Amino acid sequence: MIRTENLVKTFGDNEVLKGITTEFHAGKNNLIIGRSGAGKTVLLKLLVGLFKPTEGTVYYNDVDYFSLNPRQLREIRMQVGMLFQGNALFDSMTVEENIRFPLDMFTKMTQKEKQDRVNYCLERVNLEGVNPRYPSEVSGGMQKRVGIARAIVLEPKYLFCDEPNSGLDPETAIVIDELIADITKEQNITTVINTHDMNSVMGIGDKIILMKNGHVVWDGDKNEVMESDSEVLQHFIFASPFLKRLREDALTLRHQGD
Amino acid sequence: MLIDTMLYHIGRYSLMLKSVISKPERFSMYYKETLRQMDGIGVGSAFIVVLISLFIGAVTAVQFAYQLGDSFVPTYYIGYIVRDIAIIEMAPTITCLVLAGKVGSNIAAEIGGMRQKEHIDAMEIMGVNTASYLIMPKLVAAIVVIPMLVALAAFVSICGGYLATVLTGAVSHSEYILGIRSFFIPNNVTIMFVKALVFAFILTTVSAYQGYHVKGGSIELGEASTNAVVVSDVLILVFDYLLAVLLT
Ligand SMILES: Nc1ncnc2c1ncn2[C@@H]1O[C@H](COP(=O)(O)OP(=O)(O)OP(=O)(O)O)[C@@H](O)[C@H]1O
Ligand SMILES: [Mg+2]
Repeated sequence: MIRTENLVKTFGDNEVLKGITTEFHAGKNNLIIGRSGAGKTVLLKLLVGLFKPTEGTVYYNDVDYFSLNPRQLREIRMQVGMLFQGNALFDSMTVEENIRFPLDMFTKMTQKEKQDRVNYCLERVNLEGVNPRYPSEVSGGMQKRVGIARAIVLEPKYLFCDEPNSGLDPETAIVIDELIADITKEQNITTVINTHDMNSVMGIGDKIILMKNGHVVWDGDKNEVMESDSEVLQHFIFASPFLKRLREDALTLRHQGD
Repeated sequence: MLIDTMLYHIGRYSLMLKSVISKPERFSMYYKETLRQMDGIGVGSAFIVVLISLFIGAVTAVQFAYQLGDSFVPTYYIGYIVRDIAIIEMAPTITCLVLAGKVGSNIAAEIGGMRQKEHIDAMEIMGVNTASYLIMPKLVAAIVVIPMLVALAAFVSICGGYLATVLTGAVSHSEYILGIRSFFIPNNVTIMFVKALVFAFILTTVSAYQGYHVKGGSIELGEASTNAVVVSDVLILVFDYLLAVLLT
């Protein structure tokens, strides 16, 4: 479990996060939603310590993340996998070398064991056989999946995904979502996902927080999204007239059924 | 203001060095990377170093021969002068200035690119000590290879002087050889290696610093690369002077 307490982050005089207190649970897909520029990426980078908070802190299972010494920090970080908004695959290494990198760095596995683990992870993301290609030689959706494979290769306890399906077609996006959701359930990972994809929200959102102007303005799960009469939420989720009508129809139907 | 900026950079540079010098996570990964860097710095720079040294040795010899003219200074002094200039000053300083341009800009661009493409962040999150993993192998490789290049440069300069004077008949073979064997002070060779080590340290760490802390986009990356060369060059010259004062 990860808990944030009154997280504040300012850049110069731009206060991006204005006191975020929330929790992300193990074995759940925790979604952070909000408009572009709402501070989702900043929050995610604070959670993993790439930014230091201006105020407040982050707890990993009640351990204050920002008071750890370098050795303790490294221990936690080895349990963390992250998928970046821009993938951050090492472009001078092949797909296989990318996924093997954490194994080479941190494990004492034999070559054979590493090879098996890499192949298992590639299989897990439905990418058998692309081992020798370079990241620039595979499609955007495949790069995301390579990113996921690399993030899970050390069997993390925490997985962070920044816009895992931005720039993908709806079908591939759903495949990626389900992949992340399955892995989360299987391995009881605390997964935190930034997204503004409504399919993800309705499909895999076990816990959803909506950010606006540096605050959390709504939280709940995917079932509560439909029911909630929170105006900011409805305004955000059902931004298009089409979706708005769909929701109204669905609610009418449901009430008729009652 | 200027002092502030300088102190800021010195502080951040020192902190970076502190994390560079720490125990590797996995020795074999560092070892592999160090060998790759040695190949890049050593083999990759040998040609340009040889070329430049050859000409500098030749020019020094020709110029000195011209200045001697019909004076009473014996001509075998040409060999002696070329040797000492090459060993004390030309080989370490010119080689490292050139390497700052070639290797330094390369280091800054490579590390800076990794910073901008979030590769460094990705490694940090895995738990890698990125300052150490990215910089230590380059530093070790430079410290091993650059003194060798400098020694090579000194040798080639002396050969360059030979070719330029003996082949043109300005000095005879035996005079030149007599010259390079006269008044030899072994300590000068020590000075050469001390300079080479110090300059190698400066040019790798300063360039890595520029790349490691780059922000923004391609313009900033270009600037970082330029700064790596300029700052390394200035520091090499300053330390050249300081070492000259200290060691002679
Ligand atoms: N390194 C930084 N330095 C200064 N300001 C920053 C930095 N990173 C983010 N910001 C600011 O923080 C705000 C939130 O940015 P952030 O990237 O978190 O948005 P986001 O919610 O992830 O948007 P998107 O959905 O488009 O990815 C922006 O106003 C941005 O200018
Ligand atoms: Mg973002």
